[in-house]
Amino acid sequence: MNDTLYNNRTVEGFLLSSLVWGVFGIVFGLLISVQLWEPAFNFGPFLSYGRLRTLHISILAYGLGLGVIFGLFYFMLVRLTKRGLVFPRLARFHLWLWNIGVVVAGASLFLGFTQSLEYAEFEWPVDIVVVIIWVIFAVNIFASVFLREEKQMYVSLWYMLASVLAVAVLYLVNNIAIPAGLTKSYHIFSGINSANMEWWYGHNIVGFLLTTPILAMFYYFLPVSTKLPIYSHRLSIVAFWALVFTYLWTGAHHLVYTPLPDWIQTLGIVFSLILIAPSWGSVINGFFTIESDWSKLQENYLTKFFLAAITFYGLQTIQGPGQSVRVISGLVHYTDWVIGHVHMGTMGWVTMTATACMYYVFPKIYNTEIFSVKLANSHFWLVFIGQLMYSFTMWIAGIQQSVMLKQLNSDGTLANTFMDTLVAIYPFWILRTVAGLIFTVGMVIFILNIVLTIVKGRSLSQSRA
Amino acid sequence: MSNKPDNSIYSKPLIFSVIALVVILIGSVITAFYPLIRADMHPKLDNLHPYTPFELAGRDIYQREGCGYCHSQNVRPLKTDVLRYGAYSQAGESAYERPFLWGSRRTGPDLARAGGKYHDNWHTLHTLNPRHFSPKSNMPAYPWLENALLSPAAVEANVKAYGYINYSPADIQFLEGKTELAALTAYIQSLGRGVKKEGFGYRVGTVEDYKNFLAKGVRGTVDQGQGIYTNECAGCHGVDGKGSAQGKLSEGISTMNLKDAREMGYEAADMYVQIFNGLEQLMPPYGNVLSSEQIDSLILYIETLERR
Repeated sequence: MNDTLYNNRTVEGFLLSSLVWGVFGIVFGLLISVQLWEPAFNFGPFLSYGRLRTLHISILAYGLGLGVIFGLFYFMLVRLTKRGLVFPRLARFHLWLWNIGVVVAGASLFLGFTQSLEYAEFEWPVDIVVVIIWVIFAVNIFASVFLREEKQMYVSLWYMLASVLAVAVLYLVNNIAIPAGLTKSYHIFSGINSANMEWWYGHNIVGFLLTTPILAMFYYFLPVSTKLPIYSHRLSIVAFWALVFTYLWTGAHHLVYTPLPDWIQTLGIVFSLILIAPSWGSVINGFFTIESDWSKLQENYLTKFFLAAITFYGLQTIQGPGQSVRVISGLVHYTDWVIGHVHMGTMGWVTMTATACMYYVFPKIYNTEIFSVKLANSHFWLVFIGQLMYSFTMWIAGIQQSVMLKQLNSDGTLANTFMDTLVAIYPFWILRTVAGLIFTVGMVIFILNIVLTIVKGRSLSQSRA
Repeated sequence: MSNKPDNSIYSKPLIFSVIALVVILIGSVITAFYPLIRADMHPKLDNLHPYTPFELAGRDIYQREGCGYCHSQNVRPLKTDVLRYGAYSQAGESAYERPFLWGSRRTGPDLARAGGKYHDNWHTLHTLNPRHFSPKSNMPAYPWLENALLSPAAVEANVKAYGYINYSPADIQFLEGKTELAALTAYIQSLGRGVKKEGFGYRVGTVEDYKNFLAKGVRGTVDQGQGIYTNECAGCHGVDGKGSAQGKLSEGISTMNLKDAREMGYEAADMYVQIFNGLEQLMPPYGNVLSSEQIDSLILYIETLERR
């Protein structure tokens, strides 16, 4: 393959390191899932739940998630712009700096250096590294887009550009802090403004890292791997603009029934409901694309990954707005229900899409076929079942606990102590660990399949040479 | 919007990006940036005081250990939240919070009204071994906080960066030799300090209430009482009711010897009042969490302890 044109080594570097970080993130996830029902599994300060929870999320979002985004964006970029990267060596530097950044960021979280802002835990020195990484990424993306050979920008490029811009705005604003030393700082915003800014950030960083970039992948890799054209270009346009407009209004649905002024909460709720439409614009586009030839579901093993992914996305984007409504928020907020919701997005939508894309990319890089379609199919079903089992146990646990917390005796006193409600959900937490294990086996098979594909590809290229 | 390939914004990346940025900023400005300058986003309770340097040091440890991932600090204005935790959270009580620590998940109970609910020594022992008080608790133990000493210089740097806090050199000297555990306790004891403990959810139990309950003729059961006692009371008062005086709890407070409560002159109705109302800084109130029948069960069980 033409490495100078396609920068395959850089793409591969990002994807393989992302898998390494993914293994760490999943192992931490399994460990904290056990800690919740067996506190003896907390080992000293560095491996106690309070610190590992952040590590689990941060490594999966900024290690696995970002690595996949960087790698696949560079892969798509050269093909959609029909030219090689303008700064290939900068992309190489990007790869190294990002990996070093993940190590430093992870170590800092182990040590307890945290801003206590969800998805923005990194202290300011790490934030500076993040900003440098993002600027490098943006330079490469914009340079290639501005100097592209293909005049028309495909929908995936729109989502890429919007993601790069939105993440920059979000990260720069919410991470403004007053430093007290190298390892400690305080949010510049205080009181309810601190809360409002954080959840404007928290909701949208998830949106512009785990929704729009994944949509960029979906719109590119679904058609190229199944050879089916996207159902409606017009729908893509409407869904794109409606999504990037509506998303930013909705952060306050994380603060329902807090002292945040009602008007901001209500705006957040209303726009969350509106957000169903643009989200489902892409869902419908995905469904009808696949619907144009159902035989692809049999012929091409990747089709079901995309179908499952977009279905999870569709469920996610109905459930999410539903949760924002006050009466439902009052029931499910602060419970495991929300944990089930989040994991349907990450283990369902994001993982399904990203792994399908990688199944397409690695054989392309090595000019070969995937090592084993059978293994890929078992990977699919294990991840699928593990994900569903995970989310369903969490939804049941959430409702169970919430109803118990709200239950009253006939004399108006509370029927259950907090401990009663906790004990009641321990069985679900054990089931959740089992679900996580099933999912993990699926992911191990996936990684194995990728590694064997690379081994196969390398020996093939040697024999060709 | 046009989808013609040649002259639309989809072939002009600069214009496209500018429009996308503006579209992204509209919702951001209205819901996140504009509120910064609104007066209703900067309220402050009249009797709210900033943290002391000692309390802030505890807050930093609370952040470092990730306490806020399991303990929220926001009592929703929902009836059952108010009954369980106390007065619902007000905007003005967060004026000195940087960052806010309202949390998003209650794996453990809300702490917004935790201040003064228990004795300092309860927190000390509970942080070191949560299962001493709640055998089925899943909270991690934090033994490393017991011997770690605060660094007065580092705390002072934090206090300066945090703002809001007027402190004297004596406040910093005070930190010398103090443990992280003590600071964390001081922080927890400060939570909800600026909020009046009154209104819905702050009912007071009386001797008459117990008489009225007895008049209905429905009694609790010893079995039920034993279950509640094991989970809620034994940690302090001991499995045998002799007053636990175990470990660190004994160093500052002695817990009531329930076995001899009658000899000391306490009637069942007095126990009812005590269990219902609790005692500030000593024993949490149970009036909202246990029904009269459950409290009666406890009393019946405690009476069996006396006979042993």
